[in-house]
Amino acid sequence: MAILSLALKSLLNRRFTASLVLLSIALSVALLLGVERLRVESRNSFANTISGTDLVVGARSGAINLLLYSVFRIGDATNNISWKSYKKFSEHSLVKWTIPISLGDSHRGYRVMGTNRDYFRFYKYANKRSLSFHQGRPFEEVYQAVLGHEVAGELDYRMGQEIVIAHGAGKTSFTLHDDKPFKVVGILEPTGTPVDRTVHVPLEGIEAIHVDWVAGRQVRGLNISADEALEKDLTPKAITAFLVGLKSKIATFRVQREINDYRKEPLLAVLPGVALQQLWDLISVAENALLIITLLVVAVGLIGILTVMLASLNERRREMAILRSVGARPGHILLLVTGEGLLLSLIGIAAGLLLLYAGLFLAQTYIETHYGLHLPIGLPSLREWLILVLVGTSALIVGLIPGYRAYRYSLADGMSIRI
Amino acid sequence: MPQTAAIEVKDLRFRWRTGLPEVLRITSLEVARGERIFIRGASGSGKSTLLALLAGVNLPTGGDVEILGETVNRLSSAGRDHFRSDHIGFIFQLFNLIPYLSVMDNVTLPCRFSRLRKEKATASGNSLQAEAMRLLAHLDMADEALIHRPVVELSVGQQQRVATARALIGAPEIIIADEPTSALDSEMRQVFLHLLFQECEETGSTLLFVSHDRQLEHLFERHIALDEINRLEQVV
Repeated sequence: MAILSLALKSLLNRRFTASLVLLSIALSVALLLGVERLRVESRNSFANTISGTDLVVGARSGAINLLLYSVFRIGDATNNISWKSYKKFSEHSLVKWTIPISLGDSHRGYRVMGTNRDYFRFYKYANKRSLSFHQGRPFEEVYQAVLGHEVAGELDYRMGQEIVIAHGAGKTSFTLHDDKPFKVVGILEPTGTPVDRTVHVPLEGIEAIHVDWVAGRQVRGLNISADEALEKDLTPKAITAFLVGLKSKIATFRVQREINDYRKEPLLAVLPGVALQQLWDLISVAENALLIITLLVVAVGLIGILTVMLASLNERRREMAILRSVGARPGHILLLVTGEGLLLSLIGIAAGLLLLYAGLFLAQTYIETHYGLHLPIGLPSLREWLILVLVGTSALIVGLIPGYRAYRYSLADGMSIRI
Repeated sequence: MPQTAAIEVKDLRFRWRTGLPEVLRITSLEVARGERIFIRGASGSGKSTLLALLAGVNLPTGGDVEILGETVNRLSSAGRDHFRSDHIGFIFQLFNLIPYLSVMDNVTLPCRFSRLRKEKATASGNSLQAEAMRLLAHLDMADEALIHRPVVELSVGQQQRVATARALIGAPEIIIADEPTSALDSEMRQVFLHLLFQECEETGSTLLFVSHDRQLEHLFERHIALDEINRLEQVV
């Protein structure tokens, strides 16, 4: 179209201002899409962490809290549950499998989780994928450990290496269970879930390192060596939580009610999906705030376009008059000015997309290793396209403002040239 | 069908708004095809107003403006814009060119808005660019170095010649020049007018030349003083 090629040439003539405005649009669009993608992918990542588990059971607290500490290793349990209760429900007729989880210790900032071999058989993530071994095999003896992929990678641990577990969950713990080291017998494949950042040991191992401990402290003079500990009964007295897989999904609510109504101990059973939904509801407030901020950034970019175009309008009245004299209709003038704004925005949006992909490409590895979040470099999602269309439409509306003013000018001025 | 006049104005009246005094009242003005006519008027004499009425940018309060047999003031707004781009070429006093377009794009600009002029410009089998170059060559502007320079770097005389080539492209029947020489020195003025006449003759265009400069009057076949034909009861 003739008039749009004029618009493009006019923009090229003012390439410095135009490119600044373009940059602001590109940055704001990249920011908006980046936040959106981060939001979607972190949700996906959370949702992918647990799959195929029907119930998560822990001491009675809140559903979100239980889910966070048992599955995502965020925060701490308020209370433990007794081994007896765990035993009772693990032998329930409707229960197919259970995975006990015992938390509370750490290794150089990574959480240590006590569990049993069922974990490697039944735990599923993403779309019902099982854990698989990069090297080695599940633990068989008390003082053996299986590392998540990131733990092994970051700390450069190899098979057969001995590691010492620290008491408590902090990154720098002063109390070490250094009398009872664990030997690495397996390293898991990466999963993109908190499993990658977990050190797995047998429940008996957790029990063994605490045999000479009472109430969170090592008892003076009561030093029981690693070998001596093996002689003792290492059946745990308590665990932190357990995951349940049922024989039939239909029984989910029945078993949940049974656990919640258990009289001998206050327990809480939650459906992971429901708890996750509650978590989203909680997080969505912050997400929406972030979304509003990025939308405002885009609005600021668009206002930048508006300012630049309105400011140049007065000095362009001569140009309008010349165009009118060669036969341009006022509608052409409207199209010229609005077209310029629209072109700027469209190029800005395209540049924003480019920026987003460049950013993703550069930051992908960093984000994955540091935050365990995999950001796939795929085509924009439907929602992202909708956002782009929305930005484009707003740009059109913004461009119509100076366009309409130019239209009015050209009607009033006609061919008379005003300086 | 008898050849109609290039311009025929009958009982033309114009006021900017109802309630304001009339600024123009012309009982009759006729310009034949191919004529070169000089319209003299001081600034404020209604020159620009007359040109805007002839171009169909403004509508008369009374009377008719006939251009090439077409009563312009009876056309729709879009029709008038279309008619103007098809049949009238303009040259203004100063800063005639679109600053962000090349010399070539400036010259061919009317052909973007008028298919008729594009067809006429390429009727000889030439491309639009070749036709533009031919016109520029006639106006002593065919220098490659000049053509590729940004138009804002051209001298005023050069700019006016580019503007002339733009007015002439596609051979519109009427050329309206509004003080095109006032920014030129007297020597340049002669050269410019000579080139303008030559081109109008070649294309058979009617030239309407508006100026306050009496020195140029004698170069034209006919001259009219605007304040003589503008019969206002009270001079504004």
